[in-house]
Amino acid sequence: MMAEPTSTTDIWVSGTEAPEVSEWMVSGTDEGAQEMERHETTERSVEQRGSRVVDDWVVDDTVDDEERMIVNMGPQHPSTHGVLRLNIELEGEIVRRVKPIIGYLHTGMEKTAETLTFLQGGTNVTRMDYLAPLHNELCYSLAVEKLLGVEIPPRAQAIRVLMTELNRVSSHLVATATNGMDIGALSMMMYGFRERELVLAFFEKTTGLRMNHNYIRPGGVAADLPDGWEEDVAEILERIPRALRDYEDLLKENPIWLGRTRGVGIITADECLAYGVTGPTLRAAGVPWDLRKAQPYSGIEAYEFDVVTGSRGDVYDRYRVRIGEIHQSLRIIEQAAGAMPRGDYKTGDRKVSPPPRQRIDESMEALIHHFKIYTEGFKVPAGETYLAIEGPRGELGCYLVSDGSGAPLRMHTRAPSFSNLQALPIMMADSLVADTVACIASLDPVMGDVDR
Amino acid sequence: MSGDSSPGQVAGADEVLANLMEAVPSVEAGRSVGDRVIRVPARDLARVAGAARALGFEMCSDLTVVDYLGKRRVRFEVVVNLLSLQHNRRLRVLVPVPEGDPEVPSLVPVYPGANFLEREAYDMFGIRFAGHPDLTRILMPDDWAGHPLRRDFDVGAVPVQVKDAPQVR
Repeated sequence: MMAEPTSTTDIWVSGTEAPEVSEWMVSGTDEGAQEMERHETTERSVEQRGSRVVDDWVVDDTVDDEERMIVNMGPQHPSTHGVLRLNIELEGEIVRRVKPIIGYLHTGMEKTAETLTFLQGGTNVTRMDYLAPLHNELCYSLAVEKLLGVEIPPRAQAIRVLMTELNRVSSHLVATATNGMDIGALSMMMYGFRERELVLAFFEKTTGLRMNHNYIRPGGVAADLPDGWEEDVAEILERIPRALRDYEDLLKENPIWLGRTRGVGIITADECLAYGVTGPTLRAAGVPWDLRKAQPYSGIEAYEFDVVTGSRGDVYDRYRVRIGEIHQSLRIIEQAAGAMPRGDYKTGDRKVSPPPRQRIDESMEALIHHFKIYTEGFKVPAGETYLAIEGPRGELGCYLVSDGSGAPLRMHTRAPSFSNLQALPIMMADSLVADTVACIASLDPVMGDVDR
Repeated sequence: MSGDSSPGQVAGADEVLANLMEAVPSVEAGRSVGDRVIRVPARDLARVAGAARALGFEMCSDLTVVDYLGKRRVRFEVVVNLLSLQHNRRLRVLVPVPEGDPEVPSLVPVYPGANFLEREAYDMFGIRFAGHPDLTRILMPDDWAGHPLRRDFDVGAVPVQVKDAPQVR
């Protein structure tokens, strides 16, 4: 039995000291209820293919204000997946309005991109969506290559497909794991991260890093696949499906899981389209839209896979779509690994890709190319282009403007998490406050991608 | 290169564009590195968006701004990327915006998903979107001065959000 404290000075009781709140602690922040102030009281609604989409700032004036309470969730709340902050207006247990407040992780990456050459840009974009760095690199590289008009060797394309699909697997594993953790299935969390380690270990072997690889670069990839990569991929292909079966046993028909996810956080296909929501969230609402099929890139049209869709658009369907997409990605990985073409892993265009080390000793021209690429970078013809790929969270786009110099005039990333976040007020409207974390987790936002 | 994902040029694609140009006569059509682009004056942007929405462009997938300071006569260009799932094609709308009066109509009434994108464009470039329901800063702190992605906004040391913090020794 614990001894009673002899005097109150032995233990510290919070609230016994006068709080020290300096002026600087409160000035200069935007905390507070003013975020939820009504900006306009007139009702705005939009017709979308027959269904009425009502926006989140519409206020139901029939309810007395005294029953309402504004709760700040985040930016440090662990289930907000980073630094997402939500202002939630509650009426008892019911969520009436939600306003996502973002920008806590804004690091000005689009500004940074203007100061980096096209070759250096990969190190910048890879840090945006830190769960899917290879997709960011691929999107950026494809946009640069589109402006350059360079030809990418088949092996480089196959390596890109292999690596990005592995990245999709690891990203969806994290999404499923954190989704489980947020709802209370803690073992799902441990299993998901355990299997992700397999993929990350392969990434480390291939690219040298577990994340922020800068592996896919304009012109190809940074290095060839390592010796013995076939065995590593074979192990991934053997162990992850087995792990997925475990997950199915754990969650698929688990009554608690079903109770927490079925019919929760519903968003319809029309609302998804109206709010620019893409990726698994759109597919879970029943729209079979996948840019890998619709607007293929990097030779992905040569692989066989299916687009996984749901029907109800709830948290459960989004979880099912992600599990299904892991299976489909594994199919693509198997095909890519089985038919890996031989040849170069980067383009032979010496204006874009640096020459091999030994050529520099032999050839004056190779030395000049090497020097030019690493000092001023390669020049990209003037022009502007938009290129989108299917990232794990949806349409990942890169809008690139070049003025003919070695650095982009403007590099804008269409971040899927940023647009998808607009779906949160729709999903959470009139739901229970306990379902908030389930909705956030099922959307799988990565704040590095949202804020850039 | 096969990585080139120029939008699927399905049959009837030009018909869509022709219908759009018929609906709004001020539309200029062009091409940019294989993509279809149209250029419209700012005053007609909302009309173009409405017409495009009616022609099957369900989604405003992206909206951003480019600052052509010192490169072009008209400084800003608002870039709207529309996506049609039914026609499987994209349409890029370029809207020149002068520095003196950086205002374009908001697309939120047509595409609610433009809400965050327009707030970002306002935050980063200072472009005003007339009719936007909540045109406030989204990524930068509310009391931030200036618009960081403008070309004349220097990269460098700037005071952080918490001001007048006592020196810790």
